[in-house]
Amino acid sequence: MKRIGLIVNPIAGLGGRVGLKGSDGLEIQQRAFELGARPHASDRATEALKCLLSMKSDLDILTCPGNMGEIAVRQAGFLPNVVGNILSDHTTAEDTKRAVKEFLNKDLSLLLFTGGDGTARDIYAAGGSEIPTLGIPAGVKIYSAVYAIHPRAAGELVMAYLREEAVLNLAEVMDVDEEEFRKGRVSSKLYGFLKVPYLQRFVQGAKAASPKSLFSALEGIAKNLFERMSPGTIYIFGPGSSTQLIAKYLGMKKNLLGVDAYLDGRLIASDANESTLLGLLLNNPAVEIIVTLIGGQGCIFGRGNQQISPQVISKVGKKNILVVSTPEKLNALKGHPLWVDTGDYEVDKILCGYIPIITGYKEYVMYKVTA
Amino acid sequence: MNNITAERYTDGKPNLRRFHQACWDEPIIFELGQPGQRGILVPEVEEGIKSQVGDPFKGISDSLLRKDPPELPEISQPAVLRHYVHISQETLGVDCNIDVGQGTCTMKYSPKINDQLARMTELTELHPLQDETTVQGILEIFWRFEQILKEISGLDRFTMQPGAGSAAIYTNASIIRAYHASMGELDRRDEIITTIFSHPSDAACAKVAGFKVITLYPNEDGYPDIEALKAAISDRTAGLLITNPEDTGIYNPKITEFTRLVHAAGGLCSYDQANANGILGITRAREAGFDLCHFNLHKTFSTPHGCGGPAVGATGVTKELIPFLPVPLVDFDGEKYYLNYDIPNSIGKIRPFYGVAPAVLKAYAWVMALGAEGLREVAEIAVLNNNYLLKKILAIRGASAPYAKGKRRIEQVRYSWEKLYEETGVHSDELGIRAADFGVHYWTSHHPYVVPEPCTLEPTESYSKEELDEYAAIIENVANEAYADPELVKNAPYNSTVHTIDHYPLDDPQQWCITWRAYKRKAQQIPA
Repeated sequence: MKRIGLIVNPIAGLGGRVGLKGSDGLEIQQRAFELGARPHASDRATEALKCLLSMKSDLDILTCPGNMGEIAVRQAGFLPNVVGNILSDHTTAEDTKRAVKEFLNKDLSLLLFTGGDGTARDIYAAGGSEIPTLGIPAGVKIYSAVYAIHPRAAGELVMAYLREEAVLNLAEVMDVDEEEFRKGRVSSKLYGFLKVPYLQRFVQGAKAASPKSLFSALEGIAKNLFERMSPGTIYIFGPGSSTQLIAKYLGMKKNLLGVDAYLDGRLIASDANESTLLGLLLNNPAVEIIVTLIGGQGCIFGRGNQQISPQVISKVGKKNILVVSTPEKLNALKGHPLWVDTGDYEVDKILCGYIPIITGYKEYVMYKVTA
Repeated sequence: MNNITAERYTDGKPNLRRFHQACWDEPIIFELGQPGQRGILVPEVEEGIKSQVGDPFKGISDSLLRKDPPELPEISQPAVLRHYVHISQETLGVDCNIDVGQGTCTMKYSPKINDQLARMTELTELHPLQDETTVQGILEIFWRFEQILKEISGLDRFTMQPGAGSAAIYTNASIIRAYHASMGELDRRDEIITTIFSHPSDAACAKVAGFKVITLYPNEDGYPDIEALKAAISDRTAGLLITNPEDTGIYNPKITEFTRLVHAAGGLCSYDQANANGILGITRAREAGFDLCHFNLHKTFSTPHGCGGPAVGATGVTKELIPFLPVPLVDFDGEKYYLNYDIPNSIGKIRPFYGVAPAVLKAYAWVMALGAEGLREVAEIAVLNNNYLLKKILAIRGASAPYAKGKRRIEQVRYSWEKLYEETGVHSDELGIRAADFGVHYWTSHHPYVVPEPCTLEPTESYSKEELDEYAAIIENVANEAYADPELVKNAPYNSTVHTIDHYPLDDPQQWCITWRAYKRKAQQIPA
């Protein structure tokens, strides 16, 4: 019998689709709910656990009460072994830390948790690097390398680890200051390392910064876009320093971390959330989305740009999605495919396959996208 | 008598050479000499000639006449000779090292007898503007060599006009463009497909010829998925420009499927065979389904490399594309050889005249010395040497050969020192600089580095087992040094003429000084 632990941070990812760039703090969580956000962290834990059903009889899952794990475990079809208690309906970082401490001497093979960078910090702060740990991504920003690239990958990785097919590797716990992040400044900080099962395909690498020497490549990409742009089409630019610089070369001001929309060179929606984007789509048939991949990870939808939701993507259509990247950023993936995790597996599947990435002026790379 | 083997080997391994490069502190030639010094005293023109010719400047516009004499170095003949001998001694040249470290370039030994041939006055006194009846000999060699390349490739006609590999690729891209223009489809067909491990000139030349470029990345086998190719192909596809084997030394076994799919979409297929050293006499462009190809005579055909030229990128096509070749072609009417300008849809000229004659002569001599069986043996030994070296290098700590794990390669391998870097902090280029301390050259890869911490080795057929053992022993020694004392490697070289140079200015044209005038203006701040 193998024993694993599960901690769900139920509010992780709350701010994503409503454009709040994070979920830290009660006030932000309140605003997220007001903007129509729906918690999904527990569902993502369920999705991961379902991959382990074939081991059901050999698996003892320790978890926290209610929406911190118990619900997810039951929904996945397991009988949970619930420990500890939750003091209030509004769970906080302290609940996560206390749960980790509860699990410390329970002889866990692996601790699974669902959350974002903030949750990873809490896990590390309470338990250090002792317990092998793996994150199921549910947060808005994921700069830490302790996460599988999506819930199903987490499930497969847990399976591989329990079968002793994966090795343990120290992976970075990183976070950015959300207040600074909302002002458009990315300043990530390394908080420590967790021991994470490692099969290269399944773990999300820490984000790599864009080297300054690549400005000329981005200018080439901007020229490429300029030649294909047409009047009357709305261009939705995803977040990131690459898209910001490309917009600058096109004479448009773009904020670093939000999603902006332009029509005929004019900014028509700044820092747009999902409903703003859907509103734009209602009145305009011609829309293109321009996004870049997260450096070192290869994610194009579902990390930091959840405002471009599955519904937005479906309405715009795959052929109107332009992915841009410098060749160096692609090469840093070391041959690993791009991936998507929009939250809707059906949309993810549509985005899969080979797509052209714009890498310069008149230059494209045909690259694989997986879900 | 001394036991040479005992002196040169320890425990069966070759001892490393105690190499040190010459250092002459040599000035630029413009800084040498004195006003009035001359290398050759040209005799005064005789009165009879003067009176017949008259004023040679008469009839030339004042605006075309220079006001000041050219600023050439004034220097004696022995000083010139000494200068260039010094520089050659400060260079780790092809003839003074086991030059397997410049993979993709096919740095084979070029027999000196072929240089002697090309220096014969029968060739050096010819001029490309001579009447063709007076140059039948060299035209015959052009024509005969073309027949050889036709046999080697299976294609139907060749031009020797392009001056090097990139010129040949540009020729092929231009022919593809002209073909689609003739079909009335050029407006639509504006995309060329290539692969990331094909020579970078394939993408670059296609862009210069006006095309968009779609690059395919390899899968774990080392060549692109058919699905990637299918995703790239459309009614916009003008053609495929591809190397095979690619820079990794991996042969794409699905190449005929690639060419079939591109043809089915209406595109043309061009085979970059700049380096055909591993497949001579074994596979041909024709059977792989290609419409065009090119060979660099300075690579496979040993002419040798010429530091940027003059060279020949022999370019071949199927009979359907002959009407687009550059003019003139060298033809034979059964009695005499002649220059044929009657090529109806010719793309024009890629370069003046009809090809660099000394390079064609040397390549012809090289092939004739080997014969058909010899050419195939070249490929076989090149492949054997490469796989022997592969085994030696992979036995070195920190080395790997990404893609196609456990399989053999064709003529070269792009290795990775990623593990060594992760474990020691020493980069691949630093290993190469340290290797120079033992008298050998080593190259990383074209940019961008797709293989992390890359190194590309190509032993060709020219080197013996003992020489490959010596090269591998040097690389092993350097890798071991990286593990034992990384700073020793990172601070190398210790035995070279100059220490490392700052290469960042190479990216900044404002800092380039490629002429004496530019050097004075930029480096010495002297107004022109």
